[in-house]
Amino acid sequence: MPGLIGRKVGMTNVFDENGKSIACTLVEAGPCVVTQVKNEETDGYKAVQLAYGERKEKNTPKALQGHFAKAKTTPKLKVVEFRDFRSEFDDKVKLGNEIKIEDIFNEQDYVDAIGTSKGKGFQGVVKRHGFGGVGQATHGQHNRMRAPGSIGAASFPSRVFKGMKMAGRTGGDRVKTLNLRVLKVYPEKNLVLISGAIPGAKNSFVILEK
Amino acid sequence: MSTELLNVVAEEYKDIKAKYPSFSPGDTVNVHYKIKEGNKERVQQFQGTVMQIRNQNSNGETFTVRKVSGDIAVERIFPILTPNIEKIEVLRKGKVRRAKLYYLRGRKGKAARIKEKLRK
Repeated sequence: MPGLIGRKVGMTNVFDENGKSIACTLVEAGPCVVTQVKNEETDGYKAVQLAYGERKEKNTPKALQGHFAKAKTTPKLKVVEFRDFRSEFDDKVKLGNEIKIEDIFNEQDYVDAIGTSKGKGFQGVVKRHGFGGVGQATHGQHNRMRAPGSIGAASFPSRVFKGMKMAGRTGGDRVKTLNLRVLKVYPEKNLVLISGAIPGAKNSFVILEK
Repeated sequence: MSTELLNVVAEEYKDIKAKYPSFSPGDTVNVHYKIKEGNKERVQQFQGTVMQIRNQNSNGETFTVRKVSGDIAVERIFPILTPNIEKIEVLRKGKVRRAKLYYLRGRKGKAARIKEKLRK
């Protein structure tokens, strides 16, 4: 899917023509540089590799330095591969070319946003898996309000099944939010206003796919 | 990079706020609010005391107006940037010592009065 790499700026809200308030997220996306074009002959599949953000040469691994030099561009911070970048963008997708926000996204498009969700630390099952908890505090309960309850049967199978929902590290996962509407594109500032929430903290990387 | 870029979005709504007179908690205001009924549109007035202003200077800024009609108090929250507000009139400036006038909720009649702020 064609897409861009960006950063989450923050959330705000706008009003539609009926006066309804829409919560939306502002993303600074692009300009991204094409650092590699993969094709079926040499790589076995079609893909476009884009790079976003600046970093110093001394902070860039030598291997990546060479990779960026090949595309005749400065060292970048984040490199992401997009599979099946549609053929309509073929003339834009050339090694070393810069892809801007207005090349890909238009108002009223539907996009998917990928981000790394905020880390929540070690959480119990109520927060982590949406368990209901023990419904009441009386009738003999005293300290099990948010307990998981039974995790399986007894002598058969005499083990706990793999993948049983339990407490543990929560958040910090790659999360994709589907079908968010593009409300507005600001080409001169590389900004795009997207309806709804996008996973991740402010300033974290966001991948937008169309 | 910081959230300053959010101002790019806020900029578009600047004029909407600028066309209303400035008011603060304790003031008595009259809000002319457009209401759509089917295809017809009419203007409803809501007059009362501004109880609080929340999220000031952001797109999410709202203000709460409290009025007592009969024996029943009504509080209404308006987003200041909504296109449905036709007009806001400031009828009376109030002298209050806090930003959120929650204490009005526990009071009735004479006790719920707010002194008028006189211009210097």
